[in-house]
Amino acid sequence: MTSRALLRSATLVTTALLISGLAACSTGGAADPGTGSGDTGSGTSVDAATATSAEDFGGMDELVKAAQEEGQLNVIALPDTWANYGEIISGFEEKYDITVNSASPDASSAEEIQAADNLKGQDTAPDVFDLGTAVALASTDYFAPYQVAEWDSIPAENKDPEGLWVNNYSGIMSIGYDSDKLPEPKTLTDLLGSDFTGAVALNGDPTQAGAAFAAIGSIAALNGGGVDDFGPGIDFAGELRQAGNFLSLDPTPATIASGETPLVFDWSFNNVAAAADKPSWKTTVLPGAAYVSFYNEAINKDAPNPAAARLWQEWIFSDEAQALFLEANAVPVRVDALTKAGAADEKLISQATFGTDSADWVSPTQEETDAANALLTERWATTVQ
Amino acid sequence: MKRLLPAFGLTPFVAYVLLFLAVPTCIAIASGFVGEHGFTLAGLAVLTQPNTLSAFGSSIWVSALTALSGAVIGAILCWALAALPERGPLRRVIDAASSVLAQFGGVMLAFAFIATIGIQGIVTVILREQFGLDLFAKGVWLYELPGLILPYLYFQVPLMVITFLPAVVALRPDWSEAVATLGGSSGAYWRRVGLPVLAPAFLGSLLLLFANAFSSYATAAALISQGSQIVPLQIRAALIGETGASQAASAGILALGMVIVMTIVMLGYGRLMSRAARWQR
Repeated sequence: MTSRALLRSATLVTTALLISGLAACSTGGAADPGTGSGDTGSGTSVDAATATSAEDFGGMDELVKAAQEEGQLNVIALPDTWANYGEIISGFEEKYDITVNSASPDASSAEEIQAADNLKGQDTAPDVFDLGTAVALASTDYFAPYQVAEWDSIPAENKDPEGLWVNNYSGIMSIGYDSDKLPEPKTLTDLLGSDFTGAVALNGDPTQAGAAFAAIGSIAALNGGGVDDFGPGIDFAGELRQAGNFLSLDPTPATIASGETPLVFDWSFNNVAAAADKPSWKTTVLPGAAYVSFYNEAINKDAPNPAAARLWQEWIFSDEAQALFLEANAVPVRVDALTKAGAADEKLISQATFGTDSADWVSPTQEETDAANALLTERWATTVQ
Repeated sequence: MKRLLPAFGLTPFVAYVLLFLAVPTCIAIASGFVGEHGFTLAGLAVLTQPNTLSAFGSSIWVSALTALSGAVIGAILCWALAALPERGPLRRVIDAASSVLAQFGGVMLAFAFIATIGIQGIVTVILREQFGLDLFAKGVWLYELPGLILPYLYFQVPLMVITFLPAVVALRPDWSEAVATLGGSSGAYWRRVGLPVLAPAFLGSLLLLFANAFSSYATAAALISQGSQIVPLQIRAALIGETGASQAASAGILALGMVIVMTIVMLGYGRLMSRAARWQR
């Protein structure tokens, strides 16, 4: 175990050295005339900054050529350990021989847009974004429309019709529980039983934390409401509280390991990751509607490397990169297509999706989110007091 | 000029207070009155929402309860301490411990309680496994409003001891001798002399304890994660929310509400202290 960890960090360090070395070399190259935005340099007359599909370049090969001529791609807010982005980035670098410059990996979605504003016109500005839904919907002015080759296999509700933004991956709202102490919950009403006294926790306060908000939405959908009506979710929390089963403690990996929070509503990738410190920690998704919350991929309309940005978009939605999301237990948006094509390990697919598919997925729109927020603000505090 | 010179010694202190207390307070409160189109009073509406009212209610209730219990327990402790020899080891130990424990709050205190009587706390586990007693049979109250009472008392009692002890010690033995000489009983001494002398100091300490609990944040933040039951937690909710429900402007208005409550308490404290000072000359 230790030697593997050592090996992994050695690889990381080497990669980092290589990347910074390459970046240093290519700074000289960037000064070359002919790599400025708008010039694909490949002899075709297309303007990469306005291309809306690979066809505009004259096919995938030409897009790759144009991107390679730019030679680099600026990404922002992509931590190596988040949804497998470390491998997704190095996969892109290896496949296309393009240097990826990864800036402020821990930045938030809002900060990504700020960076696009502040660095506008400079060659360090981000080329592509990975954004939470609230920020993505509020920032469409920053995006360039683009439709990837796999466009048709992305469900319609997971993309902007023009391709300004496209959902890339999600977690599923799940229940993590200590299988040494608790039986597996099969239905929502199981949680009201005496087996779960003082055991049921949400990851945060739903008026503040995204994961807890989703937990109430998910419970609502399983309890006769839905993403358009969070009321039954709040009611159920009240019933849990009446039964003495609601635990108003913020779970962390530490409280899970010590046994203080024996059952936690959280994103599937978080619950699955918690099992690393607590082998008896199991993750389950109740049958019925599965609440998902997708992140969004978008191209900066002022991207300094417009062709590389579009190639990255193609890469993110390729079978290969979508399968890499799966490896980190994030659900890729094209999971149905991957299943059909047999393009990913069946075991990984069922592990990450818990047997759900896009027909089971629910996710609130902006108006539904606003309505849910208003309802939670009004009722949540009194329900749990 | 010569008389003014020593006043310059105050400069660092005044600058510090302005920079780190007055200015941030003004900016925080002002933030509550800034809307999309500049100045607005719309934010004030948050003060009349049921949530806010119940948070102020809970804040005042918890603060008053822990202040009152802390003051009574602390006063009894002071009375017992005053009977001990001033240079004796026991009194010095309790004195020193009180000074330290009165400052023992925040996240450390919360974790001390979680480790002791939390769900997997050492006392909880021993009680459950050795004596079959479940502290949390009716739900895990430690992480709700009632859970604040014990941790708050933990710093309220020592704070009472350090603020109230000087007043108790200042009771002069010759007063009780004088009452006895005039034929008064011990009860008459306390009724006519002891209690009237101590009352302002007691009430002053009580108000200080109230203010102390009312403004306490970190202990509650580490214990309570649901519902934002007290005002400082509501301010947190207004500032850090990531679901789009919170409004930063509400935090400024809530802060204004707290400043008003604290101002009333501090004015009361000031008046009582000036009365108490008459006796302690």
